[in-house]
Amino acid sequence: MILDVNGHAYEVEVEPRRTLADALRKDCGLTGTHVGCEHGVCGACTVIVDGEAIRGCLMFAVQAEGAKIRTVEGLAGETLHVMQQEFERHHGLQCGFCTPGFLLLAVAALEQAPELNDAQLLDVLAANLCRCTGYQNIIKAVSAAARRMKEG
Amino acid sequence: MKRWTGRPITRFEDNMLLRGAGRFTADLPSPKYMRFVRSPIAAGKIESCVAPEGVVMITAADLEGVGAIAPMIRKFGYVPIEQTVLARDVVRYTGEPVAAVIADSEEEAEDFADSVMLDFRPGDAVVTAAESLLARAPFIHPGMDSNVVVRTAMTTPGHQAAMAGAAHLVRAKIRSRRQSALPMETRAGHAAFDVETGRTTLTCTAQMPHLVRTAIAGLLGMDEADLRVIAPDVGGGFGQKMSLAAEYVVLVWAARKLRTTIAWVEDRRENLMASFHSRDIEIAVTGAFDADGRFLALSGDVTANVGAYAPYPNTAAVEPLMSFTELPGPYDVKEYSCAARGVITNTCVSAPYRGVARPAITLAMERLMDKAAVVIGLEPAEIRRRNLVQKFPHTTPAGLVYDDASYTETMAAALRAADVPGFRARQRDALAAGRYLGLGISTFCERTGYGSAAFAARGMDIQPGWENVDMRMDASGKVTARIGASPHGQGLRTTLAQIIADTLGITPAEVTVIHGDTDDTPYGWGTFASRSLVISGGASLIAARKIRAKLIDDAAEMLEAAAADIELGDGFARVAGTDRAVAIAAIAGAKNGFADEGFYDPLGTFSNATHIAIVEVDVGTCKVKVEKFVVAEDAGRLINPMIVDGQIHGGVAQGIANALLEEIVYDETGNILTISLADFLAPTAHEIPPIEVLHRETISAATITGAKGIGEGGTIGAPAAVLNAINDALRPLGVEIDEMPATPARIFAALQAAR
Repeated sequence: MILDVNGHAYEVEVEPRRTLADALRKDCGLTGTHVGCEHGVCGACTVIVDGEAIRGCLMFAVQAEGAKIRTVEGLAGETLHVMQQEFERHHGLQCGFCTPGFLLLAVAALEQAPELNDAQLLDVLAANLCRCTGYQNIIKAVSAAARRMKEG
Repeated sequence: MKRWTGRPITRFEDNMLLRGAGRFTADLPSPKYMRFVRSPIAAGKIESCVAPEGVVMITAADLEGVGAIAPMIRKFGYVPIEQTVLARDVVRYTGEPVAAVIADSEEEAEDFADSVMLDFRPGDAVVTAAESLLARAPFIHPGMDSNVVVRTAMTTPGHQAAMAGAAHLVRAKIRSRRQSALPMETRAGHAAFDVETGRTTLTCTAQMPHLVRTAIAGLLGMDEADLRVIAPDVGGGFGQKMSLAAEYVVLVWAARKLRTTIAWVEDRRENLMASFHSRDIEIAVTGAFDADGRFLALSGDVTANVGAYAPYPNTAAVEPLMSFTELPGPYDVKEYSCAARGVITNTCVSAPYRGVARPAITLAMERLMDKAAVVIGLEPAEIRRRNLVQKFPHTTPAGLVYDDASYTETMAAALRAADVPGFRARQRDALAAGRYLGLGISTFCERTGYGSAAFAARGMDIQPGWENVDMRMDASGKVTARIGASPHGQGLRTTLAQIIADTLGITPAEVTVIHGDTDDTPYGWGTFASRSLVISGGASLIAARKIRAKLIDDAAEMLEAAAADIELGDGFARVAGTDRAVAIAAIAGAKNGFADEGFYDPLGTFSNATHIAIVEVDVGTCKVKVEKFVVAEDAGRLINPMIVDGQIHGGVAQGIANALLEEIVYDETGNILTISLADFLAPTAHEIPPIEVLHRETISAATITGAKGIGEGGTIGAPAAVLNAINDALRPLGVEIDEMPATPARIFAALQAAR
C-alpha cells in the first residue's frame, strides 16, 4: 500500500497490526516520530493526518491509506517552521524526545483555529506529556508562534 | 570584548532535535529484536520455562559463567546481594526478567514471549518495609539473617542532654510513596557484533556509558577494549538511566553468541514495572527547640524500602545513607542522632531518581519546621530564619562542610516575591467564603558536584567522581572538547562551549563538545547528581586555561609584548590598550593547533533555594490546585540562565507530581497496579502552574567555575512546599497530611478522620 507522508509516496508492505507510528519509523524510515507509551496517553507519536493531530500509536498504518500524513520531518522548509523557531528561542525543549509530538499538536491546532487564546492553547497542550520542561517554555513558545502564525 | 558566560544563548542541541533528526537508540534499524519474559509473580521458585519449537530463547541456564550484578560498599554493615541478569531458580519481584526471546521483528518477539510457558511455585511476597522487618518475614536473599541490607546510626555526645533540656519537643513522621522517574523515552539497547573485528557496539539509553562498558565487560569476562558503548541522544534519564540495566548484559551476550545485531526497546508497561523505582521512604524526626524556637537537637529515624536487588553502581544503600548524612539540611543543628536502614522487599529495584532521598528528607524537615512554628507560636518563615546556617564554611554533625551560600537572603527573596502579607489577606477573605487557600515554604540546601572523595566516604567499591576533558584547538582555531560526562537534555554542549569560548577568546559556535561514545571520549562518570556543569565544566576550564596560556605565550612573542599584557577576546589576542593584535586562528595555525587536557575532582559544593507554593484545596472534591510557585535559588554563577531556568522548571514539575499525583502501587501479593500512564499519573500542562524563578549568585571557592549544581533542586524543594501549603490551607479544619502524594483519596480520608 502507499502512505502519503509529507507529500512523498512511500510504498510499504505492513502487517495489519502495525501502528502508523511504527510504519512511519520502520517502513518509511522517518524516525522523528517517537513512541513513548503505545497506549495513547503521552502523545510523543502525534502526527497530522488530514489536518487533524492524531496519536500515531492508536491508528493502524492501513487506516491511514489515502490520507495526507504530516510528520516532524515535513515541518521545516529552507528554514525552520515558525513553531520550531519559537521552541528554540524559548527553550521549549530539553531532551527533545517529546518535541516532535508537541510541534505537530500545536501546529495542527493553530492551522485549524488560528484565533485560539492562551487558555485554549493550554487545553490543547495538556494533551501531551513532557518530562523535562515543566511545560513553562513550551507554553511560551506556542503562544509566541501563535501570534506569528496569525500575522502570517 | 564579548563575554559568553551569563548569556541565555540558544542551544546547539536544538536544531537537529527540532527537525526530528535526533538520533535515539530505538531509531537504529536491526535485523533481530529481543523481548524479555518477565515474572508475573513477586516471589517464588521457577519450576519450568519452556519455549515452543523453533523459538530462540535464553535463560539463566544458558548464561553459565556470566557474573551477577552485585555492587559493593564496605561500610555500614552493607550486605552484598546478587542479581543474576536473568532470574536463576528464584524470582524476587513482579517484572524480573526470567528469559529472553529473539525474533525478526518487535511484533514477532512479543508473540514469542507470550508463547513461553512459565511454571512457578509461588512463595510469600514481602511488599512493604514494615512487613519485611517482622520476625516472621521470609529472608529474601540467601545467606542473610534479616532483610536489612544496610544500617547505620550516629549520636553526638551532647545529644541526649540537649533533648532533655528542650522547651519544646516537636515530632513529624513523613511517608514518601514509591515513584518512577518516567523518562519519556523508555530504555533501549542495540548491540551490534562486528564479525571482522570481533568487537561489539552497544548503543543504549545510558547516563554513564563508560561505566556501562566496564560493568558489562566485567560480567561477561570480556576485554573492555572489545566493547564500545554509545549513548546517542537520550530522551531524559533523571537517574533511571544511570543504573546498569540487566537487559543490556543479556543483549551484548546474545549479540556475541549469535554474531549478529539485536535490539531491545522497552515498552512503557515494562518501564513502569521493571525499570528502576525510587523514594519509598519513611522518616520520623523529633526536633528539640528552646523557648525561642532555636534548634537544640535533632533526632531522625529513616527506613527505605529498597526493593529486591541492588542497582549498579550506587548499591541499595544510596537512599538510606543520603538521608542519614544530609537530614539536617540548611539548619544549624549542633546535636544530632540518626538511625537509618535499607530494607529488601519483593518489589522492583529502587535506584537514584533526581534528588534521590532529598525530596523525602526535605519534606520531613520542612513539615517539622511548620509544626514547630505552630507549637511555639512563630510564623513559618521566622522559625526558619532563626535556624538557618549563617556562617560559612559550616560543618554539620555528620561531617559535611557547607561552602559559601545565601540561605537567609534567598529565603527573604522568595518571601518577597510571594507577597506573604498580601496572600494572608486573600486567604482570610477566601476562608470567610468557604474556600481553603494555603501557602507553603520549603527551604533546603543540596550537595552537588561532588567528586570521588564523597563516594569513597560511603565505602563504595566504585567511586565515580572526577572528570577528564581532552581539548584540541585545530590549526584554524576551532576547538573540540571530548568529555566523559554524558548529557541527555541538559544542554551541556552549549554551556561548556560558553565556558571554553570565554577562556580562549572565541565564540561558542567555534567549540564542538563530543560526548557519549566510549571510543571517542576520555573515561568519565557520566551525567547524574547535579555534577556535570560543576565537574566537567571545571575540567573544561582547566584544559582551556592550559591552551590559553600557550596562546598568550605565542601571542606575546608574535606581538613583542609581555605575556601579562595580552588579552584574548573576539577571536584575537590583543596587547591591552593598543590596536596591536593577532588572530587566534593565526596563532593556532602557526603551531598546527594546540592540545591539552583537564582533570577535576572537587569535594563538592552546596546549592540552596527556597520554594513557595500557593494552593487551593477543594474540600468537596479534595483536589489540590497549585496556583503559583516561586523559586529563589542560589547555584552560584549562571553560565546560561535560560538553561538554568529550564532545569528548575522541569524539576519543580516533577516535585509537584511527587507531591500530588505520582505513585507506584503494589497490592499485598506484590502485583504492581500502576503499569500504564492512565494509572501512574504524570502531570500535564494543566497541573503545573506558572513558575517564577529568582537567582542569587554566591561565588564559592569550592567550584572553579563558580557554578554549583542545579539539576536536582527543583525536584527536591517542591514536594515540601506543596505539602506545607496543603496543611496551611486545611489547618482551620484540624487536618494534617504528612504523606505524599497527597492524592484526593488521602485528603478525603484525612478530612473524614478530622470530622
